[in-house]
Amino acid sequence: MREIAVVAYSQSPCVADAGATNEVELIMPQLQAVYSQLGLASAQDVDFVCSGSCDYLQGAAFAFVAGVDALGAVPPIKESHVEMDAAWALYEAILKIRMGHADSALIYGFGKSSPGELPIVLSQRLDPYYLAPLWLDTVSLAALQARLLLEQGLLTEHDMAAVVARSRHNALANPLAQLAGEFSVEELLAEEHFVAPLRRADCSPVSDGAAAMVIATVEQARAWGAPYARITGIDHRIENHNPCLRDLTDSVSTRQAAAAAGVHRGPVDVAEVYAPFSHQEILLSRALELAPETLVNPGGGVLAGNLMMASGLARVGEVFRRIINGEAGRGVAHATSGPCLQHNLVAVLEGA
Amino acid sequence: MAAAELLSQEFELGFTYTRSTGPVVGKFLTGLRDGKVYGVRGSDGRVLVPPAEYDPVTAAPLTDFVEVGQEGRLLSWCWVSEPREAHLLQQPFAWAMVQLDGADVPMIHCLEAPSAEAVTTGARVSISWADERQGFITDIRCFTLLQGAAS
Repeated sequence: MREIAVVAYSQSPCVADAGATNEVELIMPQLQAVYSQLGLASAQDVDFVCSGSCDYLQGAAFAFVAGVDALGAVPPIKESHVEMDAAWALYEAILKIRMGHADSALIYGFGKSSPGELPIVLSQRLDPYYLAPLWLDTVSLAALQARLLLEQGLLTEHDMAAVVARSRHNALANPLAQLAGEFSVEELLAEEHFVAPLRRADCSPVSDGAAAMVIATVEQARAWGAPYARITGIDHRIENHNPCLRDLTDSVSTRQAAAAAGVHRGPVDVAEVYAPFSHQEILLSRALELAPETLVNPGGGVLAGNLMMASGLARVGEVFRRIINGEAGRGVAHATSGPCLQHNLVAVLEGA
Repeated sequence: MAAAELLSQEFELGFTYTRSTGPVVGKFLTGLRDGKVYGVRGSDGRVLVPPAEYDPVTAAPLTDFVEVGQEGRLLSWCWVSEPREAHLLQQPFAWAMVQLDGADVPMIHCLEAPSAEAVTTGARVSISWADERQGFITDIRCFTLLQGAAS
């Protein structure tokens, strides 16, 4: 099988409201950043492009097509899109390279969530007969899951606040983060509930922004001469769309994806886990069977800033960044999609 | 430009057509219209409510319908102190995972309650039907607490 590496990555700051900046304008600086890391002129210099976004955020069918304006599609390019987080665009691009149809690929994800009411917008992606007509929002769904964990004694509100405190602290060293600061667990627990048992701080903020990445065969990566990290495993698994038909206190699909991606074949120095709610970071760390010495979300994770449809790709990008900076030798990136961690992707990255 | 000269048009974001819901979802929704709740028996014998069209484990088509009770037990809940504009209840309410009597899995709907303090996991609840039922999940207006019957 062809060995594939991440060779370039960039993410925008997470901002609560990008104002009049449109999606193309959110994407373009990130594309320019990855081009400059490799000395590329444009998307013409890669073999394939794949993006991830959600038309529901813009409220229009085929809204993602406008994002292609950021590429400059003339002369024609090979291009694809997933109505998913761009971590799944990465997956598609990897398949394309593995099949020998491309040697390099550009991946980008973007989301401008601020114009709508994100938890309600996302409720319309639930099944259209049983749940979507109830406008069951994502925060409430996560709160139902959190209570199951709390009342079964699998974690405490103190544990959840500790996740938030660590995220805010770690985010102080992350210039792209939206929420950062020093908070004690006691201070966080003193805040009133938002959707009990969740407090506002247990929920990732709504953010606008974009991320971009370039991957290539290891041969192409060497030819470009840029530092790279090899993707030594990647897999994704999905569970039932009805949250009531799943064990919400575990993530079976994460366990399956982790096993298939080979997470346990070596030590994990760093793990970037896509946990939009504090209790989910604990749940996912257990499902990934992370050792106590593994650094989890050292940049604050998505509790410090959550770019819908780009945060999953950003988890992979953050692990890449730590490996090429020499901070880690082997890392795990996780992405999630759907209500209460329905669909999970796990990737393993290792140094060159 | 004077306001009166502005052209405007009502626009409802949503499906502007009707769909057939099929033999499984349709059986459930038609049942709601008639004030009954149907589940379907899965390949492992569990009764799934609302019914799944395909078995969650084996993916086999499911057709063995079972009528279940209109009361049940609260398995999990969260308290919405500030309902969102889109929510069906505009007073503070709970989202509830309720396992109806005769069902083996919970379903999610709203629970009307006077306060968060009145709600406890394990509480007995009952369906409160909408005044006019038309074969939608919202024919169940919400669940309500059954007093003094915690199990």
